[in-house]
Formats: sequence, structure tokens, C-alpha cells
Amino acid sequence: MGYLLFQITLFAYVLATGGYVVYFWSQRNDVRTTARGILIGAGVLHTLYLIVRYFEAGHTPLTNHHEAASFFAWSVTWGYLSFHWRYNVRNFGSFVSPLITGLMLIATFSSREIIPLPPALKSAWLPVHASIAIMANGFLALAFCGGIMYLLQERELKSKRFGLFYTRLPSLESLDQLNSHCLAIGFPLLTLGIITGSVWAKQAWGAYWQWDPKETWSLITWFLYAALLHQRFTVGWRGRRAAIMAIVGFSAALFTLWGVTYLLEGLHSYVG
Amino acid sequence: MSAEKIMILGVNHKTAPVEIRERLSFSSDPGTPYRELKVIPGCEEFCFLSTCNRVEVIFVSPTPEETEKKIRDFLFDNSMSYDEAGQYVYLHQGEAAIQHLFRVGASLDSMIVGEPQILGQLKQAYRDASEQNAGGMILNRLMHKAFSVAKRIRTETEIGSSAVSISYAAVELAKKIFGNLKNKIAMLVGAGEMAELAAQHLMNQGIAEVVVANRTFERAVNLARCFNGKPVALEELIPQLEHVDIMISSTGSPDVILHSKDVKPLMRQRRNRPLFLIDIAVPRDLDPKLNDLENVYLYGIDDLNNVVDINKAERDKEAVHAERIVSEETLKFMLWLGSMEVTPTIVAIREKADAIRKAELEKTLPNIGSLSDKEIKAIEKMTSAMMNKILHSPIVYLKKEDSHKDKKVKLASIRKFFNLDNSN
Repeated sequence: MGYLLFQITLFAYVLATGGYVVYFWSQRNDVRTTARGILIGAGVLHTLYLIVRYFEAGHTPLTNHHEAASFFAWSVTWGYLSFHWRYNVRNFGSFVSPLITGLMLIATFSSREIIPLPPALKSAWLPVHASIAIMANGFLALAFCGGIMYLLQERELKSKRFGLFYTRLPSLESLDQLNSHCLAIGFPLLTLGIITGSVWAKQAWGAYWQWDPKETWSLITWFLYAALLHQRFTVGWRGRRAAIMAIVGFSAALFTLWGVTYLLEGLHSYVG
Repeated sequence: MSAEKIMILGVNHKTAPVEIRERLSFSSDPGTPYRELKVIPGCEEFCFLSTCNRVEVIFVSPTPEETEKKIRDFLFDNSMSYDEAGQYVYLHQGEAAIQHLFRVGASLDSMIVGEPQILGQLKQAYRDASEQNAGGMILNRLMHKAFSVAKRIRTETEIGSSAVSISYAAVELAKKIFGNLKNKIAMLVGAGEMAELAAQHLMNQGIAEVVVANRTFERAVNLARCFNGKPVALEELIPQLEHVDIMISSTGSPDVILHSKDVKPLMRQRRNRPLFLIDIAVPRDLDPKLNDLENVYLYGIDDLNNVVDINKAERDKEAVHAERIVSEETLKFMLWLGSMEVTPTIVAIREKADAIRKAELEKTLPNIGSLSDKEIKAIEKMTSAMMNKILHSPIVYLKKEDSHKDKKVKLASIRKFFNLDNSN
């Protein structure tokens, strides 16, 4: 039941992505409306899948790679859709939807096996810490997409060679705004994720901070984004630098989420 | 009269660098060329056109080659030899000269094809020539024709829209950089139709304020009034840039007025808010290195042209249409010039009178009733004789040898009496 739902969701995401890609080329509004409709449908199905998975696993489904990647994709989707209601960034969907599909594919190829929860993870903090941390990543991912779009548009404007992106992408100003909006939500969530993790660590392992690789890297990520926000508010770092920082910061966030787990040993290593 | 007497000697943006053009423009004292050219032997009629992209002398001379030599020496102030100067100038004679003038007036020879300024400049040059009594019958007609050709091309083709679309392109780019232009401030440095057009477009997009900077403060005040803007002196340019978001520069300054090193420290004070610089001036007003600064976007005329290039094919088609109009009008003018000889004028007078005679005969003869062939012949002969006798004196007067200038005046007045050029 759960697996079937997951596959339908994945299929809907692929379809929505295809729609957004077609829209990017053709710029036909009816294509965009369709793609958005499919994406909303996929988001709803995905929510259902998460609920079903919760009952199948018997605990919050955020404990292995499959679940983390899937929840990550879910966060990006709803983060993106929530922005849609607030303001319109042209062709943003064409950049976000492939990322969502990519995350879903990672989830597909990860083991979906339900592992019994180790005693250390049995806590009310699990859903709080893990969901906040991954939702933070969702908004940081949106900032990352916005950053890429900014760099593409800026390159065409600076070099004065107008190709694929000049007409399709929105103004630099609105992309920069997008960057700051995503970070305004993503950064507090990231902070909250680290704090809740720390409180949980005190409960589970007896110390707030143990400098295990995941903790260290999340702190590095936090400092990168903190630096960007600080510079934005004090000396007005914006545009290109902010876009590059959003990309660098997101790479660090991804490394914190997965790189650390695969490459470095530590207390968190059994968690996705 | 022979078309070969009409000549145009000039330099433009294609043939000569700015340094050469500037030296020939006499912008400090516009009276000089008229005083100096008037005394050149053979330079009967002339007009001196000087814009930032071209300097031209349009003249009519019975000895065009010799006159041209002297004009060239004057223009280059004997600073280089005749042949040396030759590499910078173009020289058109006769039909080619007429065609060239028509193309200039219609803005087909402009750096930005279709820009509207040139026609006004040509009209001003003609006004100056008339005030200095440098004009003459041929030049008058030639210039007026150039104006009407320009007008015809403007109404019949879309050639002018490309210049308009350049200012549109500037607005498009501004929107791609700033998104909403509502609370942005634009600054207009210098004056010029293109720059004012761009400022107007920005105003239409609801820009918050237009600041006008000019070398002469009075001009700035006048221009600011058009845009409900704020006039400032040119010296305030750099401090103003702290607030301004879009700057359109089109001064006549030979030097760069804004350097990269002036703007770099400003960007920190601006908290890195983007700055969009548009340089319409020739020569350039703004340092090309400005584009390398972060959050600074510098666009020159050529860059804006690239933006407009999407509808280039359309414009080329319009240009072909415009060129056809020029050829057509040149041909018409050549016909008129040809008629300015004595013989064609006499023929035209005779033909006109004969046509009247024949028409009247045809009207009258049927009413008289039965007339023999002999009687009809007699009446025809009589009317012919009357016609010839009436025309005898004017024709003799026309054929009389006169000085060159008198002959032209004489021809013109006779043609006017008999209304031979009923087009005008």
C-alpha cells in the first residue's frame, strides 16, 4: 500500500517536472497551469504517503535515507508551493521541480526497509528535531535554486549576450528577494534544528554538544548562512555574492545531511 | 543645370575617428565656417552641417573640383595634405551627392538608423545657411526636398521605430535588473533626443524621480521641468549617484565623465544596490571598466542595439523600403535639375503654350460650324503665329548670355511665371 502510493507520487513528480521543462521551452501558460496542478497533486499524495508510512513504521518516518530524502522532497515541494501563493517568480518551478524529482529518486534507490528504532532515538524530540532540520534544508534548497537562477540571469545581463534565460528568468531584484525570503525562513529553522538537536543530545547522550561530525558540520553550515545574513543586513551584500553564498551554504547543508553520514563516522551515523 | 555642380564633402562616424571629427566641427564658433567658406571662389551656395557624428559641407559650384580642394584645406586648417585628409573624408558629386543628402536627412546614414535628431540638425544647418545668405536656388530646393523625403520615409516606413525601440530596450533591461521601477530614481546627464526619449519611457513606467544634470545649469533647469525633475550641476554627478539607480548619459564631452574608480567606493554607500548605466554618448561618457564592478550594469548604444536585434529582420526590410524612396526622390530631383537648363525650359514653355492652343482650338472649332480644311489650316497657322510672337521675347531673354548666377535666377523666375514645376 505504502510502496504503491510512493510510486504514484514519484510518477506525479516526474510528470510535473516534465511539464515545467516543457513550459520553460514553450512559455505556454496552459502548460504551466497543468504542471502546477500536477505538482500540487503530487504534494498531496506525498503527504498521504508520509502518513501511511508513519503507521507502517510505528514511529515518525525520519530515520533512514529513504525517509529523509522523501521528507526533504516533501519540504521543498510545500515550501515552493507556499511561495507560489505569496508571490510569483517566473520559471522558478522549472528549476525546483527537477531538484524535487532528484530527491525522490534518491529516496527510490535507498533501502525502504523499516528498522526498529534504537532506544536512543525513542523520544518526542525525534519528530521535532528531524522534521525542523529537514524543513530548514527545504528552504535552503529553494534559496539554492534562486541562486542558480540569479547567476544565470546576471551572466547574460553582464555579458550582454541574450540567450535562453534573459527573457525567461525574472528580474535580478526579485531573485535576490527570493534569496532573502528563503533564508529568512530557512535560517531560523536551521537554528531551531540545531537547538532542538542539542537539547535532545543532552537527553539521549548526556551532553549538549559533543563535536561529532554532524554537529560540527551543521555548525559550519549555520555560520555560512549567518555570515551571509549578517553581511546582507550590515553592508548590503546582495545579488551575486548572496547567490554564490546560497549555493555554497546549500552544499554544506547537503554535506551535513548525507556527506557526513557516508564519509565520516560519528554518533549520528545511523541516522539519515 | 548640370548635377555635377552639386557636391558634398564630409566626414562621419564611419570614416573618421572622433578626434578628427571634433577638429572639423567648429562647435566653439559656428559663424566661422560661413565667413570662411563664403570667400572661397566658386562656392556659390553652401550649407555647413555639424553634429556629433558628422561634419559636412554641401555646396554648389561651377568649378566643383577646385572649390572642393579649397574647402578641404579650410576644414583641415592645412594641418594635413589634401591626400592625407582624403583617407578621412567622403566626397559625393551629382546624383550621388543628392542621394547621400536624402539618406542623411532620413537618418539612414546615422549611427543609429532612424534616430530622429538628425533631421532637426539638418534643418538648423539650413536655417543658419539662409541667415548667412549662403543659400541659393539649387540648395534651397535640394534641402527642402531632403526634408520632405525624410518626412515621407518617416510616415511610410517604420524606420524610426528602431530608435524608439532602443529606449524601449533600456526600459526592458531596467525591468530585468530592478523588477519594479516604481521607487527608482533616474538621472539624465547631458541632453539629446534619444536620452530624453529613454527618460520619458522610464517616466511612463512610474519611476519615482528624474534628476537632470547638465554642464549649463540653466539647461538642466529647463529639462528638469519637462520631467518634473530635480536639476543639479554636473559637478554633483558623483555624489548624486549615491541615490540614483539608473543613469542615462549623453553629454558632448570628449572625455570620459565617470570612471570606475569613482563608482567603486560609492557601491558600499549604496549598500550594493544595483546601478544601471546607459551610455548613449559618442564619444563614450562612461568608463567601460564600470561593467566589471559588482552590481553595476553598463550598457552602450551597441549593447542596446543587441537587445533590439530580435526584430532586426523587420528593420532591414524597412530600410530597403526607405532606400527605394530615396532612389525615387533622387531621380525626381535629377529630372528637375535637368530641366534647369535653358533648352529644356524653352521646350517646356513651347509645349505648354502649344497644348493650351490645341485645347482651345478643339473647343472652338466645332462651334463655328462648317469650315473648309483650308480655313481650319489658316486658323491653326494664325494661333501658332500668335503663340510664337508672344513667346518670342521671353525666349530671347532666356537665351541671352548671362553670368552663371543670374542665369539660374532667370530660369527659376521664368519657370515660375509659366508654372512649369506645378509640383511646387
